[in-house]
This record gives sequence, structure tokens and C-alpha cells, in this order.
Amino acid sequence: MRFLLQRTAFYLFTAWAAITLNFFIPRLVPGDPVQSLISRNQGRISADAIESLRVLFGLDANENVWEQYLHYWGQLLHGDLGLSFTFFPAPVSTVIGDSLPWTVGLVGITTIISFLLGTALGVGAGWRRGSWVDGLLPATTFLSSIPYFWLGLVAIALFAGPGSFFPSSGGYEPGLVPAFDQYFIPSAIQHSILPAATILVSSMSGWILSMRNMMVTVSSEDYITVAHAKGLSERRVALSYAARNALLPNVSGFALSLGFIVGGTLLVEIVFSYPGLGYQLFQAVGAKDYPLMQGIFLIITISVLVANLLADVAYLLLDPRTRKS
Amino acid sequence: MSDPVLEIRGLRVDYGLGDAAVHAVRDVDLTLHRGEVLGLAGESGSGKSTLAYGLTRLLPPPGVVSGGQVIYHPVDGPPVDVLTLTPAQLRQLRWAETSIVFQGAMNSLNPVHKVSTQLLDVIKAHEPTTTAAGRLARARDLLRLVGIAADRLDSYPHQLSGGMRQRVMIAMALALEPQVVIMDEPTTALDVVMQRQILGQLAELRERLGFAVLFITHDLSLLVEFSDRIAIMYGGRIVEEAPAAQLYRRALHPYTEGLLHSFPALRGPRRELTGIPGSPPDLRAMPEGCAFHPRCPKAFDPCEKKVPALGPPIDGDPGRDVACWLHPAAAPVPH
Repeated sequence: MRFLLQRTAFYLFTAWAAITLNFFIPRLVPGDPVQSLISRNQGRISADAIESLRVLFGLDANENVWEQYLHYWGQLLHGDLGLSFTFFPAPVSTVIGDSLPWTVGLVGITTIISFLLGTALGVGAGWRRGSWVDGLLPATTFLSSIPYFWLGLVAIALFAGPGSFFPSSGGYEPGLVPAFDQYFIPSAIQHSILPAATILVSSMSGWILSMRNMMVTVSSEDYITVAHAKGLSERRVALSYAARNALLPNVSGFALSLGFIVGGTLLVEIVFSYPGLGYQLFQAVGAKDYPLMQGIFLIITISVLVANLLADVAYLLLDPRTRKS
Repeated sequence: MSDPVLEIRGLRVDYGLGDAAVHAVRDVDLTLHRGEVLGLAGESGSGKSTLAYGLTRLLPPPGVVSGGQVIYHPVDGPPVDVLTLTPAQLRQLRWAETSIVFQGAMNSLNPVHKVSTQLLDVIKAHEPTTTAAGRLARARDLLRLVGIAADRLDSYPHQLSGGMRQRVMIAMALALEPQVVIMDEPTTALDVVMQRQILGQLAELRERLGFAVLFITHDLSLLVEFSDRIAIMYGGRIVEEAPAAQLYRRALHPYTEGLLHSFPALRGPRRELTGIPGSPPDLRAMPEGCAFHPRCPKAFDPCEKKVPALGPPIDGDPGRDVACWLHPAAAPVPH
């Protein structure tokens, strides 16, 4: 319990540091969002409007940096992330709220499936090392070394196109209203198959490889020989003795990969024009939409930290050696 | 002498296949009788652990048993050859009839499971009809048997000291009341005080439960005290086998003599410690004839030409065997 509190304190500190950096970095970039909004409107903005935009973006010239920083925290704690100006005047929190479910739905589910499937296959391949299964391993090495987005491009070239079942872009059929009904859900699933498959194929191979190698390492441990000598069933030795120990590094890897769900598949979302957070970030960068970028970075930071905390908790549960008595 | 419980006949174990194979155990004949402690001693690389793994079919690849028989005699029922059992039959035999205490006591327990889980699963696997409460009671008794408080059942292996872990392993080995317990250097990783305690306890348990022990170690001084009979292994073969007291009083094979002279006696006159010159033979390039002849102070003509057979010598007491040209066999041995 003390360990957990220590970790939580550490993560709170890290979150503070990350949020502070998140505040300062955009302010170090030359130019400011008001300037770019002015240039977007080709200067046809009155001086009053400019002043109110500055206040709106939290760039009040009358406030010094320290006041701005406190102001930023105050807004943050109210859930106010400012206004996006790609989607002006929509607040950043709304933009993120709209796109987050897409990313979490697509990448979250595929990450979990690929971990479960990859680990299970890795257990099998590691336990039956030396059999024909080893012949398939070079293929998984190959697949895991291919970047997601390139696989996505290949998938679009091969499977998508006029008249194909697989749409090449978007999250749902244009013209449908997002809702949990019998028109929207099938369309959303149909649009997610191709991006999900690309992520699955290339990320699953990594899990297979690491789990298989850990299984082989663990299989030569003394306690595995003892388990065999005890006359336990093959299944029990493989799962309760070998896989249970081999799983540990994979679980922490999995928890870390959960943190990258939000930001890690930016390129897949760009390739498939998927309306997720990564695509939004891409647009925000293109439009110098600082509030939106800041908001998305914040979400990514928080999810990485939460995932790290989860990894700690998972390790605590799975490995008794990390528990302090 | 009582009936045999485990007979090893002409056992051969190789590492690797074909011409490149290293013959780690060569035509070993060894008989373990009911309720006795048979010590097996030899230097590192003499094949004693390989023998133990071979006869229990636990050899890790590339080890293969390339010949011989391992006959197990159950208390009731016909003898079985362990090497020809099907995997299911083998699983049944393991631990219930022959259990093992391994060399690496430190790593013999699964680090992620409690001691209780590991004690209970073996009982459950072999006696599925027992109740959970009955199994737990048995596990408590087992720990008490080896002098560990029963509340240690809830401990994880890393919470136990090395000595305690080894005791847990011994308790586990006795869980199903096997006829044979193979001990592969069970106390090597422990300090001498702990070693003594555990061996004392083991001797006591054997008195009470009557299992036979195949005790493998490189420490001959330990065997002299603890075992009924001692077999000495060199270069993959048994070179001498005799009752412990006889072997200690008068070793026939020069190698045994060398081993005996490499540790000091606590009582009796002072004597020079000599040790054995040279190093153990390379199993890939064994010398012709007797494997020991390049290191042997008493080597003479026939030693480098022909392998001496293990058999009762003309000049020895009955009940002992030696493979040495200094003490040729009384009668030609079959094989």
C-alpha cells in the first residue's frame, strides 16, 4: 500500500511537470495564435477584435507569465482547455471529446486483442519450440518490422477502391448521424476493419515474438524441471509454471502500450483519414492550432502516466517479489 | 540385503546425436535396494547428474538416453522399465514413486506461487480424489516434518532462506511417500551448519518413512558418513562400488583413494592431503583403456589398452565391485 502511494505521488509530480512544460513550450514558439488568426483573415480584423482574441486565448498582454500560468491551471481544473481555432469557436474539450472515442475504440480494442492473441500464440510457439511453428517466426519478425502506416497504404491499395466493401477513409458513411443505432454501428465497424487489421497484424507479431522468447528462457529454469518431475500435466506446467512467469515482462509492455493508444497511431489515422485524436493532432499542427495541440498533448501525457501506474499495479499483482512485506 | 527397488542396467546417455555425440554416461549398472542410501560420488563432469536426469527421463535437449534399462519395482505389481513408459504412465510414476530434490534448491520453487500452491498441486495431480481440506492438512504435516512452521505455507519462495527452501523441497519430495528419493547435490548451495542439520533430518526421516535414497554429490566425506553403500563415478562409468565403511577403510581403485585423500579426517593420525593430479577427462576425447590411467599414479601396462570391467575383485571382500586392472575381476562379468 505504501508502495502504491509512493508511486501515485511520483506520478502526480510527473503530471505537474508535464503540464507545466505543456504550458511553456507553445509560448516559446515564435508568433502566437492571434497573429496566425489575423493572417488567416488577411488582416481584416479590427483592433478591438484582436484585443478580445488575445484575452480569449489567454494571451492577455497585461498579464505576466506567472499570472498566465496560474490562470492556465485554474482553467485546467475547470476542464476548460481553451478554444480551438481550426474549429473556431468550438472549445478544445469538445473537439477532443468528439475524437477520443474513435481512437480509443479503434486502437484500444485492437491493442487489447493483439496483446491477448499475440501472447497466447507466443505461449504456444514457445512451449513447442523446435517444431514447425518456429518456421513461421521469421514471418512475424518481418511483419513486426513494418510500420503500421505503410501496411495501411498497402491495404488501401489492395483492398479499398471503387466498389470495394472496405472504405478507404473516414470513420462512418458520410450522411449518417453518429448514434447507437442499426445504421451507424455497422457502418462504423465496416470503416474500422481495414485500419484495425493493419494495426493488429503488425503489432501482434511483436507480442508473439517477445512472449515466445520469454517462454523459451523460462523453460530452462529449474522450477520447470521440478514441475515436470512432479508429474504435473503438460498443460499445468506450460500455463501455471512457464507462462505465468514468462508473462511478466509482456504485461508491463502491454500497460505501456496502453499509454500510446491515444497518440501512437497518428499515422494510421492519417492514412485512413480516421476521425480520431491522431488525425485531429495532425490537423492542429497544420493549422498552428496551439490550444488544440496543447489539449491533445495533455491527454496523451495523462494517458501515458495512467498506463504507467497501471503497469506498476499489474506487476504488483502478478509478481509477489515486488510486494514489500 | 533387501530387494532391489531401482535397477539401472547398461544405461547410456549421450549429448547430441550421431558421430558428434558426447557419451556422458557409459554402460552404467547400478542397483538401489529398498530403504538404503546409495551414495554416488565423482568430480564435476563425471556424469553423475546426467545419470540422475537420464534415469528419470528429465534430460534437457540435446541429452538423449541411447541405451539401457531402468527397472522400477513397485511395492506390489510387476516391475516396469521407466524408459519405455508412455508419457501418461511416466507422469503417474513421477513423484508418486520416485521424487527428486534438485541441485539448484534456490531456483527449484516457482517464484510467483505460494509454497502451499506448489505443495498442493502435486498432491492434487496424483491423488485427485483427496479433499482440499485433506490436502492442506497433509501440506501442514509435511512442513512440520522438516521443521518448518505450518504458517509458512502462505509464504512466497523469496521470503524463505536458502535452508528453508531446501527443506520445503525435501518436504515436497516426501509428499506422496515415494519409494525412491533422488537427491542431486541437495546441500551444495548451503553452508556447512545448515548442511549438517538437513542431512541429520533426512537420515531421521528415512528411518521413519523407509524410502531409498540415491544421493549424488561430489563430497565423498559426506557420503562416508551418511550412506550405506557408495558408488564412485569417473568419466561416465562406475569405477568402484562398496559398502561405505569398507570403501573408507580400504579403497581399491586409485581414483577413490585419491578422493579419500583429498579431505582431512577429524580424528586419527595426521596424514598428508594429496589430491589427484591432472583434470577430469574430456568426454569428447576419452583416453584409450581405463579413463583414469593418464592421472593414475599406479598405472601399468594393460591400463592404457583395455577398459577394465566392473566386477568383484579376486582380492576384495564380498559385496564390493571395482573396475581396475590392479584388482582384476574374479570371474569374467557378463556384458
